Amino acid sequence: MSRAPLSAPLEVGFDYTRSLGPTLSRFMTALAQRRVLGARGSDGRVHVPPMEYDPVTAEPLTELVEVSPEGTVVSWSWMPQPLAGQPLERPFAWALVRLDGADTPMVHAVDAGSPEVICTGMRVRVRWSPTPGHGIRDIVCFEPLEGAMPTTEPQDRPGEPVTMITTPINLTVQHTVSPGEDVHLRGLAEGRIIGQRCPLCRKVYVPPRGACPTCGVPTGENVELPDHGTVTTFCIVNVPFLGQRITPPYVAAYILLDGADIAFLHLVLGCTPDEVRMGMRVRAHWRPREEWGTTTRNIDHFRPTGEPDAPFESYANHL
Amino acid sequence: MAGRLAAVLGTGQTHHRTKRTDVSMAGLCREAIDRALADAGVPMSDIDAVVLGKAPDLFEGVMMPELYLADALGAPGKPLLRVHTAGSVGGSTANVAASLVQAGVHRRVLAVAFEKQSESNAMWALSIHPPFTVPVGAGAGGYFAPHMRSYIRRSGAPDHIGAIVAVKDRRNGAKNPYAHLRQPDITLESVRASTMLWDPIRYDETCPSSDGACAVVIGDAPVGRPVAWIHATAMRTEPTMFAGRDQVNPQAGRDAAAALWRQAGITNPLAEIDAAEIYVPFSWFEPMWLENLGFADEGQGWKLTEAGETEIGGLLPVNPSGGVLSSNPIGASGMLRFAEAAMQVMGRAGEHQVDGARKALGHAYGGGSQFFAMWVVGADKP
Amino acid sequence: MQDDIAIVGFAQAPNVRSTTATTNGVEMLIPVFAEVLAATGLSKRDIEFWCSGSSDYLAGRAFSFVSAVDAIGAFPPINESHVEMDGAWALYEAWVKIRTGEVDTALVYGFGKSSAGDLRRVLALQLDPYLVAPLWPDSVSIAGLQARLGLEAGLWTERDMAAVAARSRADAIGNPAAQLRGIVDVDELLARPYLADPLRAHDCAPITDGAAAVVLAAGDRAREICARPAWITGIEHRIESANLGARDLTGSPSTTAAAKAAGAGGVELAELHAPFTHQEILLRQSLGLGDEVRINPSGGTLCGNPMFAAGLVRIGEAAAAITRGVADRALAHATSGPALQQNLVCVLSGGGHE
Repeated sequence: MSRAPLSAPLEVGFDYTRSLGPTLSRFMTALAQRRVLGARGSDGRVHVPPMEYDPVTAEPLTELVEVSPEGTVVSWSWMPQPLAGQPLERPFAWALVRLDGADTPMVHAVDAGSPEVICTGMRVRVRWSPTPGHGIRDIVCFEPLEGAMPTTEPQDRPGEPVTMITTPINLTVQHTVSPGEDVHLRGLAEGRIIGQRCPLCRKVYVPPRGACPTCGVPTGENVELPDHGTVTTFCIVNVPFLGQRITPPYVAAYILLDGADIAFLHLVLGCTPDEVRMGMRVRAHWRPREEWGTTTRNIDHFRPTGEPDAPFESYANHL
Repeated sequence: MAGRLAAVLGTGQTHHRTKRTDVSMAGLCREAIDRALADAGVPMSDIDAVVLGKAPDLFEGVMMPELYLADALGAPGKPLLRVHTAGSVGGSTANVAASLVQAGVHRRVLAVAFEKQSESNAMWALSIHPPFTVPVGAGAGGYFAPHMRSYIRRSGAPDHIGAIVAVKDRRNGAKNPYAHLRQPDITLESVRASTMLWDPIRYDETCPSSDGACAVVIGDAPVGRPVAWIHATAMRTEPTMFAGRDQVNPQAGRDAAAALWRQAGITNPLAEIDAAEIYVPFSWFEPMWLENLGFADEGQGWKLTEAGETEIGGLLPVNPSGGVLSSNPIGASGMLRFAEAAMQVMGRAGEHQVDGARKALGHAYGGGSQFFAMWVVGADKP
Repeated sequence: MQDDIAIVGFAQAPNVRSTTATTNGVEMLIPVFAEVLAATGLSKRDIEFWCSGSSDYLAGRAFSFVSAVDAIGAFPPINESHVEMDGAWALYEAWVKIRTGEVDTALVYGFGKSSAGDLRRVLALQLDPYLVAPLWPDSVSIAGLQARLGLEAGLWTERDMAAVAARSRADAIGNPAAQLRGIVDVDELLARPYLADPLRAHDCAPITDGAAAVVLAAGDRAREICARPAWITGIEHRIESANLGARDLTGSPSTTAAAKAAGAGGVELAELHAPFTHQEILLRQSLGLGDEVRINPSGGTLCGNPMFAAGLVRIGEAAAAITRGVADRALAHATSGPALQQNLVCVLSGGGHE
């Protein structure tokens, strides 16, 4: 009976910093002043938002014209349960809105309240953000013209040019390990190092991969390995960087466990960095048992055993 | 070479900088594209298809950015392909564009590669660690530095070889108006005095992080100016790690080079290649790749470097443009190697021109030295 | 130049809502490679070029495709390339490679584990990163905008859309790889609530994990491998503007242009990559396919949508229909990007190159 491999969410998030270039900068500077600009294309069409390059001729579009903050819904779809990051947290309509003075419609949200209210042809206008300077999100959404609050007047004084915007992108991805990694991680939780042997080439992989990389078949046979081995090669990390656990200098080394056919990267501590050598014999230093889990963290680092160095020939084929 | 003949008609690149905050991604690409079209003397409307390459989408936070870039690339109504083969992608993209001409599918193809690293932080994007594992904390150079130590041990190279490469490439970069780092006054002493980051890699032996783009126009016939005929292309891949893998001198690189020389009819690369643009993001890769490519026997590559033979004016000038050590817009870095090789044989490399270059190599690798892409271009038809 | 190129093998993983496989595709690909190689009598050493399609964003990780080559067992090293696109475009690259005459055989694959993330949000990142993506318009909502434009222009009705769903699921009964299948009543479908008005759940392809592989071979090599190869008589692709507002969303000019260039007339069968019901109707109109053309006998993307493989599956299914002798001339279509921005058309024939 096979059990489901270990699985956990992985958060992938970054606030991207986007430089705008001249055309988008003018558009977003105008938005911050509560004005909407479009770009006149080679065929005379006014594109809102402005396109940097013409869709027909690919020429840069530099003639920007002001259009109305009011317009007409050209199409819409209903969003009953808004997703993270979308313009409104209550149900709303996505719409293609053609602003008066524009030829091409733009995608944005309409705060219509219910799908019974919105319709194609509805007149809408921009609802401006009270905190401008965030590009297209300076338009919070559109709202039906009928019954709307009095519009906010454009600001006549020139504001600071908007040349950059920040776009946070946050995704959650469910990470699932391969069957071989699963065996390895569950072994670590018991203080054991389990690798797997390829049924074809008989090489022992630790940690096991999804498949034997040279044979393309799963490595099904479990092999328990000792927690000691040989440093094949290494580097001394002198540079501080984001997320670092240990103050430099320290050694990151490839360690070939006895009985394994592939080395993996790990830390070598317990001696000064300049004492670490190719061929040095090392043993795992486990974290306290009560901290063990299904994680590679259980082995905190490797330390010298004091045995004589392994001869170069014994690991030369693992470099 | 099978199929139709293909040639590089023109090349273009951006000024590479840490942050090109004066342009959008589209603007960055167009800076390179417009220069390439002008260099080729080909208007955008004469382009039949576009191939775009770049490294991971997470660097810019745009999924398949070629879709958004379609208008800037002049692609609406045309075929647009997006290649992604890790760090070798710039080279692979040029090779795919070449194959479209060689296959007789198109007459003129625009290949573009870019990276706008300043939109995020490549170190972040590359170090997203999945649950259940803890990063060892080796950082960017920590992956390759141990393999350089292995190289030094295996070859017996003296430890100043890396510094020699750094001095040469940065001084070459000073002759290249587009280079990110331009350091005419760099010396062996200053490199050796720079901080040791990932021993044996020093700060001055490490590539910068750049925003930049590169473009080439590939066609089936010249349009009046000298062109770079494509004599051979090759790509090879092997797994990231496997038991018994040679990480210093990977088989995939050796196989790609062997296929390349065979296709180009070259039996003695050192004698027959006049200039080489080789993907060297850390200085020690120069001697390693000289051996992997067959310019030197195993363990002997550093001797060419030490003897000054890889300088402009040497037996085999390597990275006359300054190479990746002077500019590294990741996704574009491979195409820059390919384009710079073409510029050499077209005689349009300016101050970093190698006198009389008739045949040149462009080389790129990616991942954990597992993806390789190469081409040989020549002033004469193959 | 080699222009006799055929599809000689096709295999796919079961289309499922969620697998326990990793996002790097290895577990899904191993049995698919084994099946397609066994069916063609080839070993991995016989494959002269490999090309794949997948997406880092679908996996949520940079370089997610790198580990996939472990499923091949890529040593000795292989001649290989990768597109950050649906596998259908990987097939295009492989077809080009064979045309150059450098290689005679190629294996193309695509894979995706959509269940790992929130697909609707992930696909929002395909939109303009300055002007549209910061609003996170999801893929279903964008499709809804397109669907309503056609509904209000009288190009299709909600009943037409439900009929597409019902026909697809009925056809999928014969497809063991399909994720959704069964007999459903159009009135019953129309009685169900909207998911994103005007779209109901049946109008949208399911979220699917999957993978597929296709083997290509040239000339006599193809004839050796397969009794009835599906010859590629034309393969073309085109892209449209990224500005949704600047496009005519009720048609697919890029599909029309690709089909014209590929010589798509006179087909008996078409596998269309339509992740939404209205898009199947739209594509039929853009391709000028009449009632005599059998559409998506596999059940199509509406019954299984393995991202970055689904387009390749369409080509594989159309080729398999030719190899089985069900059709003599077939069309396969693949799409990419928001609201059918980019489209590929592949025309296949059982009668050799014309």
